[in-house]
Amino acid sequence: MASIVQFENVGLRYGHGPETLSDLSFTLSEGTFHFLLGASGAGKTSLLRLLYLAQRPSRGVIRLFGEDMVLSPRERLPGFRRRIGVVFQDFRLVPHLSARDNIALPLRVAGMPEDELAGPVAEMLAWVGLTDRADARPPTLSGGEQQRVAIARAVITRPEILVADEPTGNVDPIMAERLLKLFASLNRLGTTVVMATHDHHLLHRVPDALVMQLEGGRLLNPVGTA
Amino acid sequence: MIGRAAVQPLLDDRQGRRAMVWIMAIMIFLTTLSAALGLSTQGAGRALDRQLAARLTVQVIEGDAARRDAVTAALLGRLRRSAEVARANEVDRARLAELLEPWLGEAGLDADLPMPAMIDVDLRSGDDATVARVEALARTAGDGIRVDRHATWLAPVRAFVAALGWTALGLVLVMASATAAVVLLVARAGLDTHRGTLDILHMLGSTDLQIARLFQRRIGQDTLTGGLIGALAGGLLVALLGQRMATLDSQLADGVSLRPLDWLVIALLPIAFTLLAMFAARIAVLRRLARVL
Repeated sequence: MASIVQFENVGLRYGHGPETLSDLSFTLSEGTFHFLLGASGAGKTSLLRLLYLAQRPSRGVIRLFGEDMVLSPRERLPGFRRRIGVVFQDFRLVPHLSARDNIALPLRVAGMPEDELAGPVAEMLAWVGLTDRADARPPTLSGGEQQRVAIARAVITRPEILVADEPTGNVDPIMAERLLKLFASLNRLGTTVVMATHDHHLLHRVPDALVMQLEGGRLLNPVGTA
Repeated sequence: MIGRAAVQPLLDDRQGRRAMVWIMAIMIFLTTLSAALGLSTQGAGRALDRQLAARLTVQVIEGDAARRDAVTAALLGRLRRSAEVARANEVDRARLAELLEPWLGEAGLDADLPMPAMIDVDLRSGDDATVARVEALARTAGDGIRVDRHATWLAPVRAFVAALGWTALGLVLVMASATAAVVLLVARAGLDTHRGTLDILHMLGSTDLQIARLFQRRIGQDTLTGGLIGALAGGLLVALLGQRMATLDSQLADGVSLRPLDWLVIALLPIAFTLLAMFAARIAVLRRLARVL
């Protein structure tokens, strides 16, 4: 399988503080599923921020889709971001928009004409089981429903990489398992999934998943993640 | 491009938008008044130029009354034959004496008083070359000829009118700068207010231009709405003042009125300010976004 993510000696430092991430080197292949484990402060969120291009590293090389993200000009980054879906623990939905409009947002950003949005959005709403809540705004949705909207928004453009930061952290175990099934089904369609979690019970729910363990900003299994 | 349907809810701050509309209405109301002042003083300046530039008074200064009258008659004939002179008339002596009476008393009416003869001359053109040629023509009539240009007498008035026009233009520019500054502040405040939404858009792959367009469209709508309100109110006030001025029955007041072209300029102010505001918003947002990855 071709590699879709490559980190070489990546380090990340915020301001003049100590390195939050150090000497990260790993490769993720297309279509693989990865759990990112680590205690609070281990650097999971920082690593994910590098993956979804919210941050550039302080040193090292990051290649996504075969392109060097460190040297890539800023103007090209939005194009790469559109190929990456992101799900957060706190959902990050636009509170004024309905579930339908939140899910449609990536398509609008990508420039899809308004009259072509309805079909894909309805399909996503059905996939996450929220067809009857399409017009509800996030504050009126439960945590699980909001997370499903966030997942639908993250995957509606069929991203090549899906990055999820503790997506099950704010939902009950039943909902967590349901969300995981959504990620697994997306992975079966070819999306590379990187999911940060505290919940070790979830690891066994995805049989082929690989595990990346972070501790103190370093990967404990740097070579075993490909 | 992010579609129009998504724009309203994305930047949903109706309270803030109302304030922006009224700020813009006030700014453009004041700008309309300044522009009307500038344009009308420009009109008054043109009227003065028309009335004064092509008008001369020729004095025949001669102590001997008979000789003075002969020179005056010859000069009048010469001037009237000139193709460049539209009209040349001697000022009525009785009228002259009447004008001098407040200063000279009854003596002003004495026929023996050596009074110069005066000829009012209207030229067909007020350009310098024509005026110079007619002046030269008048001086050939004798040594005691003095030519006064009306434009020279009223130069301070003309300068004052011009200064008023420049001041009004300056006010328009100050208002435009203030509008741009307000837009910069509003755009920056909007970026802070909507930071959460913008982070989401950024994460989804929005370009800086897409985000800037959201702001410039919203600020453009607010400026145009406020601008139309301000221009309408300002225009009504200017029209009302124009009506009042028309009743003054003064030559200068006639010049102060606005021409249809001037009204068109005033009507275009909201559009000009809308374009300015959109440009300022775009610059403010792009500069701010350039600081983030």
